Amino acid sequence: MLVAIVAHFAVAAALPAIAKRWGRNAFYVAALIPAASLVFALNRLGGVLDGAAPQESLAWAPGIGLEISLRMDPLALLMIVLVSGVGALVLCYSARYAKPGGEGITRESVLLLVFAGAMLGLVLADDIFSLYLFWELTTVCSFLLVGGRGLTPAIRRSATQALLVTGFGGLTMLLGLILLATAAGTYRISEIIAHPPGGAVTSVAVVLVLVGALTKSAQVPFHPWLPAAMVAPTPVSAYLHAAAMVKAGVYLVARFAPGFSDLTAWWVPVVVLGLWTMLLGGLRALREHDLKRLLAFGTVSQLGFLMVLVGSGGFVTALAGATLILAHGLFKSALFLTVGVLDKATGTRDIRELSGIGRRWPVLTAFVVLAAASMAGFPPLLGFVGKETAFTAFGSGSARDTVVLVCLVLGSVLTFAYSLRFVIGGFGTPQGKAPIAATWPGQGLVVPMAIPATAGLVCAFAVPWLEPLLAGYADAYPGHDYHLALWHGFTVPLGLSALVVLGGYLVHRGVQRAGLPVVRWPKYADAQAGYRGAVRALDALARRVTGRLQVGSLPVYLGVILLTAIVVPGAGLLAGVATPGPLRLWDSPMQVPIAILVLVATATVLLARRRLTAVLLTGVIGYGIGALFLVDGGPDLALAQFLVESLTLVVFVFVLRRLPERFVQDDRPPGKRARWTKAVIAVAGGIFVAALAMIVSASRDGLPDVSREYIERAQPAAGASNVVNAIIVDFRAFDTVGEIAVLAVAATGAASLILGAHRARRRPEREETEEVTE
Amino acid sequence: MTKWTEWDAPKERWLLTERERGGWPRSLLFELCTRIVFPTVLVMSVYLLLAGHNDAGGGFSGGLVAGLAFVLRYLAGGSAELAAVRALRPPVLIGSGMSIALITALVPVAFGAPILSTALWTVTLPIVGTFKIATSLFLDIGVYLLIVGVVLDLLRTLGTGIERGELEP
Repeated sequence: MLVAIVAHFAVAAALPAIAKRWGRNAFYVAALIPAASLVFALNRLGGVLDGAAPQESLAWAPGIGLEISLRMDPLALLMIVLVSGVGALVLCYSARYAKPGGEGITRESVLLLVFAGAMLGLVLADDIFSLYLFWELTTVCSFLLVGGRGLTPAIRRSATQALLVTGFGGLTMLLGLILLATAAGTYRISEIIAHPPGGAVTSVAVVLVLVGALTKSAQVPFHPWLPAAMVAPTPVSAYLHAAAMVKAGVYLVARFAPGFSDLTAWWVPVVVLGLWTMLLGGLRALREHDLKRLLAFGTVSQLGFLMVLVGSGGFVTALAGATLILAHGLFKSALFLTVGVLDKATGTRDIRELSGIGRRWPVLTAFVVLAAASMAGFPPLLGFVGKETAFTAFGSGSARDTVVLVCLVLGSVLTFAYSLRFVIGGFGTPQGKAPIAATWPGQGLVVPMAIPATAGLVCAFAVPWLEPLLAGYADAYPGHDYHLALWHGFTVPLGLSALVVLGGYLVHRGVQRAGLPVVRWPKYADAQAGYRGAVRALDALARRVTGRLQVGSLPVYLGVILLTAIVVPGAGLLAGVATPGPLRLWDSPMQVPIAILVLVATATVLLARRRLTAVLLTGVIGYGIGALFLVDGGPDLALAQFLVESLTLVVFVFVLRRLPERFVQDDRPPGKRARWTKAVIAVAGGIFVAALAMIVSASRDGLPDVSREYIERAQPAAGASNVVNAIIVDFRAFDTVGEIAVLAVAATGAASLILGAHRARRRPEREETEEVTE
Repeated sequence: MTKWTEWDAPKERWLLTERERGGWPRSLLFELCTRIVFPTVLVMSVYLLLAGHNDAGGGFSGGLVAGLAFVLRYLAGGSAELAAVRALRPPVLIGSGMSIALITALVPVAFGAPILSTALWTVTLPIVGTFKIATSLFLDIGVYLLIVGVVLDLLRTLGTGIERGELEP
C-alpha cells in the first residue's frame, strides 16, 4: 500500500519531463497510477471482506514510537474506489479538457496526481499523524489547484478562503486527535475505535475532531468556501470538490462513528448541522443560474445528508451512508464533468443562455439524465437504493428519528427539484428560445463522464454483489436485519419516495414560475459575512499586537527585554532562593585595580552625552572584564572576550555613524517621567544581574561531575590538553556545528538586508558605479 | 568654558590625516603601520588556530584575530585597502568554512564511527620533528574560515554603507 502511495509522488515528480515531451497526454500517463492503485486494491477485495484487513507500517522514528501505519478495511476500500477510480477518470478527462500546449498542464497534472496520492494515503492511514499529514496535504493541493496561477483577486480570495477554513479545521482536528490518542494510550486509529476512551476529555476531543470534518466537508457554518472554490477548472472541481476531498470529512466521521456515535457531543452536532446543511444547500441550489454553482450547493446539501447518515450510528444508517458515498461520488463527478463538456461546447454554463442541447446530442443527454436521476433518488439507480435505505433507517417512529426523517424527506424534495432544474435548465429547450451554437467536444470528454453515470445504473442492479463491501463497513454496528435491494415491496419508504418525486416536481414548477422568494437573512446568520468578519478581526488583532510590540523605539525594546529578564528568572529566584554564601573581598589583589577601573568606566558612561563616548567606555568595561577573566585563570575566555569586544567596538562605530551624534538633542530635552522610568528599570536590571551572579556562584561547591569528566577525558579521548577546546571541537562538537550554521545564516541574512537597502536607496541615481559595493 | 552637554566632544583631531580626492581621510603613518603589522597578525591568527588544541586559542579566536587584521586595514584605508583581499569573497569563505565543518563531521561515518568523532594522528616530519594531529583540527579550520568570512561580510556591508553615507555630498 505504501508502494502505491509513493508511486503517486514519484510519477508526479517525473511528470514535468513527460509533459514537456507529450504535452497534455501527460494526463493519460498520470491516470495510469490511480488506475493501477484501484486494480491493486480490488485485488485484495477477498481478504478485506473476510475481515483480515491488510496492514503495513513503517517506523520512521522508532525512538519516540512514531510510524506510518496503513490499514485497508472495507471503508478504506470503498473510498479507494472513489478516490482512485474517479481520479483516473478525471485525469483522462483532463487530457482532453486542457488546451493543447497550454501553460498550466504541468502544474495541474502534477498537483492532481499528488492530490490523488495524498487522498489515497488519507483513506488508508491508520495512525493519527499520518492521517493529519495526508489531510493537510490535500488542503495544500486544493489551495494550489483552486488558486491556479492566481490571475484575478476573486480567484486568490477563493483559494485563500479554502485554505484558511480547511486549514483551521485541520489544526483543530489535530488537537482533538492528540487528545483522543492520549486518552486511549495509542496512536492507532483502529485501536482507538475498538476501545474508545471515556470521560469529559473525550467529549471535548470528539468536538475538536468534528470541527475538522465539518470544515473539510463544507458543513454549516463553514460551507461558503466550497461554492467559492468553483473558480477552479472543472476537472479539479469534479475531483476535489465533489468526489474526493470534500468526502474526507464524511470519511473521518464515518471512520470514528463506530466508536463515538453514542456520545451526545458527537451525534448532536453531526445530525443538527448535517440536516441544516442539507436543507440550506438545497435551497441555495434552486436559486443559482450557473450550473457549476448549482452543483456546488447540491454537493453541500448532499454532504450534509451523508454526515447525518454516517455520523448517527446504527447498522442500517451506516449501510445507507456507505451506499450513498459511492452513489454520490459516481453521479456528482459525472455531472461536474458534464458541466465541463457544456462549457467547452458552448462557452457558457448559465441556465438562462443554454438551450437546445438535449435535442442536438440525445446520447450525451441520456447519460446526464441517468446521473441526475441517481442524484434525485429516482429508481432504478444507486441513489434510489441509498435513499430508500436511509428512509428505512429513520423509520423507527421515535421522536428523534421522526424529526430527522421529516428533514431528510424535505431535503430530498429539494434535491429532486434542483436535479430537475439542472437537467431542464442545461439541456431543455425553453419555448421561444433559439438553440445555442455548440461544437461537439469529442469522445475524450464524453466517455469519462459516461462511465460513472452508467456505473450508477449498473451498481443498482448489482447491489446483491456490492452489498458485502458496503455492509462490511456497517458490520461495526449490531443488527444485520436489512438487505439492499431495488424493490422491497410496497413499504413506507417507497411511499415517501413517491412523495419526494411529487413534491420535487411541484417545487421545481413553483420556482420556475415565481422564482424562489428571496429571504433577507440577518447579518449574523450569513456565513460568508461571518467568515469575512473573522478574517478582518484577526487582521485587526494582529495589527494591534504588532503595533504594541514593535513601536520602533530602542529604549522601549531594551526596557521590555530587561523587564522580562528581571521578572521571569527573578520570580524563579524568589521562589526557590538559595542565599548567597559568605562573600570574600577578593581572590587576588590584582582584581582590585581592575574592578575600580570597571566601576569608574561604568559611572562615566552615565555622564556620556555622545554615543561614541558611551561606546568607548562600554568597551573599557568589556576589556576590564576580560582582564578579570585573565586574573581568575581563564586565558581562553579572556582571549575570546578581548577579541569579541574589539570587533563589537568596530561594528558599533559602523552603526553609530547612522545615528545622531548625541543621545539628547538640545531642542528636545527628555521628559522627567521617561528618565525616571528608564533609571528604575536600569537599576533593577543591574541589581538583578548582580544578585543572580552572587547566588549562582555561591550555589556551586567544587567541580560538577561533568567538568571533572571533561578534564579527565580531554587528553585521552580528544588528544587535547586545552579542555575548553576539547569541549568545543570534540565533546560538544555537534553544538559547535549548529552554532556556526546559525552564525552563517545570520551573517548572510544581515548582509543581504543591508545590501538590499543600499540598492533600494541607490536605485534613483543609476549613474553611480557599482565599484565600491563589491 | 564648554557647556556640560559638550564635555565629551573631541577637542582636536586625533590623527594627522589628509583628505584624498575620494574624500576618505587617510593617515600615512596609520596606513603604513597597519601594512607592516598585517602579516604578523595573520600569522598570529594561524598560530592561535593550531595552538588551540593545547593552549589558549582555537578556530574561533584565530578567526577573530584574522578578521581584526582586515578591520585594521579597512580602518586605515577604507575599502580601497581591502581590494588586496578582493579574491576572498565573504560568501565563499562562509560557505567553504561551513562545508569543511560538515565534511569533518560526516567523514567518521564512512569509517563506521559516530559522526564528529576524533581520530589522533602522529606525524613525523624531517627537521620539524614529531607531532600529533587530532582530526578535530579540521573542524576548527572550518570555524576559522567561517569567522573570517563573517567579519569580511560585516566590513563589506556595514562598512560600505558608512562609506556611501560619508561620500555622498
